[in-house]
Amino acid sequence: MTTRTAPANFPGAGALRETGRLFALGLDVVVNVFRRPFQTREFIQQCWFIASVTILPTALVAIPFGAIVALQLGTLIVQLGAQSFTGAASVLAIIQQAAPLVTALLVAGAGGSAVCADIGSRTIREEIDAMEVLGVSPIQRLVVPRVLACMLVAVLLNGLVSVVGVMGGYFFNVVLQGGTPGAYLASFSALAQLPDLWISELKALIFGFIAGVVASYRGLNPKGGPKGVGDAVNQSVVITFLLLFFVNFVLTAVYLTVVPAKGS
Amino acid sequence: MGAEVVIEGLTKSFGKQAIWRDVTLTLPPGEVSVMLGPSGTGKSVFLKSMIGLLKPDRGKCVINGVDIVTCSEAKLYETRKLFGVLFQDGALFGSMNLFDNVAFPLREHTKKSEAEIKRIVFEKLELTGLQGAEKKLPGEISGGMRKRAGLARALVLDPEIILCDEPDSGLDPVRTAYLSQLLIDLNAQIDATILIVTHNINLARTVPDNLGMLFRKELVMFGPREVLLTSDEPVVEQFLNGRRLGPIGMSEEKDAAQMAREQAHADAGHSDGSSEEDVRGVVPQIEPTPGMPERAGVRRRKDRVMRILNTLPHAAQEGIIESLTDEERARYGVHSHMVPAAAQSRPRLDQPTQQMAPVQPSPRPRPVEDPPRGFQGDLSDPQVARLPDTTWKPPGGAS
Repeated sequence: MTTRTAPANFPGAGALRETGRLFALGLDVVVNVFRRPFQTREFIQQCWFIASVTILPTALVAIPFGAIVALQLGTLIVQLGAQSFTGAASVLAIIQQAAPLVTALLVAGAGGSAVCADIGSRTIREEIDAMEVLGVSPIQRLVVPRVLACMLVAVLLNGLVSVVGVMGGYFFNVVLQGGTPGAYLASFSALAQLPDLWISELKALIFGFIAGVVASYRGLNPKGGPKGVGDAVNQSVVITFLLLFFVNFVLTAVYLTVVPAKGS
Repeated sequence: MGAEVVIEGLTKSFGKQAIWRDVTLTLPPGEVSVMLGPSGTGKSVFLKSMIGLLKPDRGKCVINGVDIVTCSEAKLYETRKLFGVLFQDGALFGSMNLFDNVAFPLREHTKKSEAEIKRIVFEKLELTGLQGAEKKLPGEISGGMRKRAGLARALVLDPEIILCDEPDSGLDPVRTAYLSQLLIDLNAQIDATILIVTHNINLARTVPDNLGMLFRKELVMFGPREVLLTSDEPVVEQFLNGRRLGPIGMSEEKDAAQMAREQAHADAGHSDGSSEEDVRGVVPQIEPTPGMPERAGVRRRKDRVMRILNTLPHAAQEGIIESLTDEERARYGVHSHMVPAAAQSRPRLDQPTQQMAPVQPSPRPRPVEDPPRGFQGDLSDPQVARLPDTTWKPPGGAS
């Protein structure tokens, strides 16, 4: 905040600066979550909105996703001669990887883009400036409820996707691949354990946070008028996707190291 | 009384492009100031820098002892509550109706009951002529109404400093006149410091106490209205008269060839786009509506201006003295040199004004605070400098 020195100019400085600002906004959001008064109304409205645009697409994506996991694993596992573990493998794949990712992609694609467009149009209409001048922090007032809504909806949707995905896997395995229902269900607990569910929900929570923060950041900094808002929405979705897969990789690697696999 | 705003050496650039450099000025407390400038000279950027929405590269903007440029976020939000800002398009919240928009600052910052909020909001809506429209959404009303609603919202917290970004753009001349009157009445009622950014000449001539102009990335001048209104500076002259002939071009500056060509056209009898008469000169200022309290800022300004009178250019001095009543002239011990009775002081007058005639250029347009050397009147130095009942203090200190 002190008098700014000349901005550094080396290749990639712009990218670093943007990253830094994005991170700073993330920190601001975390700090402002604890600032009273909490915008309960805005939070509930945003939750309702994000949920309403994501529930149906998520469920529709979850069924075929569960199916392809079941089909792929089913054929592979038959070749390995471990048919009885089909259920266990697909549960692990769906709960740990597929559910949080599908959830986050939809929260970012449907919810985040709407959040970004909303905040972006407010920015170019100078509403954000007006709010700041009136002494109200737009981060506390607008961004925090949206980010929290993204997180909550992501966690809840994650549960939905897990259930729908597993059911889809069951259906395809039992009906189309001729698997035995008993073996499928019984093997659930053979490999899967409770921490798998926790990491799944934690991932969803973090992905929701990233989707919300990136969408808000791009919305608060559109470049050049109404067209800039369109570009910002586009970028916010792309940036979120890139971050999601990277963070997912890191979390998975950490989880696999920290939590021992069942039975080992 | 409104807060004083002291701006020193403010410089802003976007990337490599400098917007303006070393802007130094003081908005005297409780007075109305207007910042003129051709389109695209960064007037709006200047306003936004003043309230910390944009970070200037360097410089200071001190309000009540708080430097907006370097202070902490919390202090900044605290200081902003002193401001009422009217944005160019009103900047209303699109999802709320007019009532909620105007009530927003009250609900955020005060613990007033809903009934009281309602009373204040309706009062401000009536003030801006919007009664009956409180249920409308910003998208459903005209640009002029949005602007007025934005003003109503800027006013609800009784701000000490009011900033208006082009209050006249998109308004017809009649509504602009009403708005000008409204601003003057407001100033009379709450004694707020007002800064209006505009390129409306009529507003600039009749409303402010102080006038400034931004051009070519610099503050051309800032001072009592008479100084700019009587200025011989080519930019000011061209701008006030709305002519094509002069240093301001379609893009911000023009080259010598273009200027010569235009001069040739003008010499050949082609109109230069202005009306024939020269609109420069001091015209009477708008007074508060009868029944309103007297503007305290006017009296403070008079004391202040009389004190720096001898540092002002000759034409401005004449304009100021002309505008005084006989009573005031007697009080300040000056008299107009237009009237024959004063002819005897004429020869003495020319010599000192000659050396003061060049307008002080930016970056230090603020009149230099020399000890008054005595006006060319009949009184000795200390008597001119000693002002009866003045509350004005030299600018520079915080608040």
